[in-house]
Amino acid sequence: MKRKGNKYFVILVAMLLMISFVAGCGGGTAEENQATEAEKIAVGINVELSGGVASYGSNARDGAVLAIEEINAAGGVLGMQLEPIIRDCKSTADEAMSVSAALAGENIVAQIGPLTSGDVQGSTPVMMENKIPLIAPAATAANVTVDDKTGETKAYIFRVCFIDPFQGTLMAQYAADELGAKNAAIYADTSSDYAKGLAEYFKKTFVEKGGTIVAEEGFVKDDRDFNATLTKIRSKNPDFIYVPGYYQEVAPLIKQARELGIAAPIGGGDGWDSPDMVSVAGGDALNNTFFTNHYSSQDTDPKIVAFVEAFKAKYDKEPDAFAALGYDSVQLLVQGIKDANAADSVKIAEALAKITNFEGITGKMSIDEQHNPVKAGVIIEFKDGVQVVRTRIQP
Amino acid sequence: MHEKKKTWLTFIFEVIVLAVLFTIVQYAMTVGLINQSYQINITSMCINIILAVSLNLINGFTGQLSLGHAGFMAVGAYASVIMTNNLGMPFIVGILVGCLAAGIAGFLIGVPTLRLKGDYLAIATLGFGEIIRVVLQNIDYVGGPAGMVGITRLTSWPWLYAATIVTILVIVNLINSSYGRAIISVREDEIASELMGINTTSYKVLAFVVGAMFAGLAGVLYAHFFYIIKPETFGFLKSFDIVVMVVLGGLGSTTGAVIAAIFITFLTFALQKYAAVRMIIYSLILIIVMIYRPQGLMGSKELTRKTFARIWSGKK
Repeated sequence: MKRKGNKYFVILVAMLLMISFVAGCGGGTAEENQATEAEKIAVGINVELSGGVASYGSNARDGAVLAIEEINAAGGVLGMQLEPIIRDCKSTADEAMSVSAALAGENIVAQIGPLTSGDVQGSTPVMMENKIPLIAPAATAANVTVDDKTGETKAYIFRVCFIDPFQGTLMAQYAADELGAKNAAIYADTSSDYAKGLAEYFKKTFVEKGGTIVAEEGFVKDDRDFNATLTKIRSKNPDFIYVPGYYQEVAPLIKQARELGIAAPIGGGDGWDSPDMVSVAGGDALNNTFFTNHYSSQDTDPKIVAFVEAFKAKYDKEPDAFAALGYDSVQLLVQGIKDANAADSVKIAEALAKITNFEGITGKMSIDEQHNPVKAGVIIEFKDGVQVVRTRIQP
Repeated sequence: MHEKKKTWLTFIFEVIVLAVLFTIVQYAMTVGLINQSYQINITSMCINIILAVSLNLINGFTGQLSLGHAGFMAVGAYASVIMTNNLGMPFIVGILVGCLAAGIAGFLIGVPTLRLKGDYLAIATLGFGEIIRVVLQNIDYVGGPAGMVGITRLTSWPWLYAATIVTILVIVNLINSSYGRAIISVREDEIASELMGINTTSYKVLAFVVGAMFAGLAGVLYAHFFYIIKPETFGFLKSFDIVVMVVLGGLGSTTGAVIAAIFITFLTFALQKYAAVRMIIYSLILIIVMIYRPQGLMGSKELTRKTFARIWSGKK
């Protein structure tokens, strides 16, 4: 018996040694690759490919890889080819940090991703320490690029999406000016900072425009029954309902609202952008609903049409906003490398901060002093289950 | 007299081994032999060891299936960050307050729920973990759903190493004491041990509180290394990760918990490069281990001085 125990112990130790050996080897070969292929520019893609927001991450990766392939086919940047190094951060901040450190060890010039604000925050200290620029495709929290305590802009953190306050403001303007709403109700996802931010700025702008907020209610992630609160809202008779949140909750919410006979227009943010909206809520219920987004794949702008076609040809699916933002992140980086005229991460960061009037798929953008892009937002309306671009609002 | 001298010698020998291990890693970090990426993984490894060993005390030795370990981690993390970041206290105060807060939370949840058994306890602790997460999400002082960002990095290798050693020492010594024997008797047969005059509930609460305190310690170290904490980090998936480590290592084996924690951290790191198939490989390895070692890697065996002595003499 005792001898048997020892045998298992030996097997175990051997197994551990083997794993450490494999891991060690992996690191070694990566360094050798760097030495022999110096003419390549390594771009780290650190996104969520598993875990809670895996769909965002994989779409952004698809967009980024498409952009890199297009650039390489067109001769690369400064005569060099871009080489994507794709890693999964498991939708957690600690893994995002670990992945960033591993990528820094592979001499990347810049990192695309992660998608959520929290994961970008995890990655931030490593990027700052190694002086490598990070371009976040969709991190919308204000403190991603600016340090809360000191108020200083983080020198190596950039993004290509607009931030939360902008979306709320945009929808309030649209509701008040275009839809002529006077009494709005807010029914927001209180378990998400994103939705809270949108609701706050919607309220602020709507009140400034002379409107009244007649009801403020909240739901939390994974709620499925909204009837009680919706009945309460119905009794206040609002002529606009703002529902910032994610499609998982918003789709059944809208369906239940229409079933209760609430005909008022309903608005939301980019969390609505999912094919599930139509399949869950149904095209009829979605009529007279609007949301703010970064771009629409239905847009007739020739640049967007070309992008959508290329994306469909490669992946056989519709590119959503995350794919477009991933694509723009790479294009912005390429612009930065060209402006810096060197594949040097510090110089690229300096160049990125100065970019103006960059033409992306998600609109024309200029990077401001807080490393946020100044860019337009799109208002999209659901018409019988199809997304139709209503208007594009430049700030 | 001779026996006593021998114990002293082995004690000194162990201290030297531990000190040498510490110095080697410390030296390698200062001269840059261990790069940033490995440093992060060593940190994760130490934190996972503390979590697995402390949960093993509850799940393995006491036999109470707890699924709320990440909740205690969250309590420790938030309490300590409030101390260090918001109130400007030194790190040691953060550590003590973090452990204390998690211990109190463990006591408060333990007293009513440990009268439950098996599945009921599992569900109660799972619920507790979720309550912590939702409460933190709705307190604006700690940042709500976005969490607390920009935490100063105070967790260093000496702190990590000391915390890991202290965790293992306290739990191993607790198990080897008369309290530990009472705790194990609760696992083996609750009715029989009650007949023997053991107050089963109080021993269960004791194990629960000690386990929770060390989970809090892990939370403190986590928060002060990874720059950001948010309620979602400490969801039930995190709890399950720790349970996986404990079961993989072998319920009721501290050595097993340590080995499994190292193994899983390393596996996660080694599979980073294979993003697409990562979760498949990870799950396959777990399934294979469970098929061939259903009792976990170590079963309930421990690796002690005696094991080493036996291997040594066996070779001779």
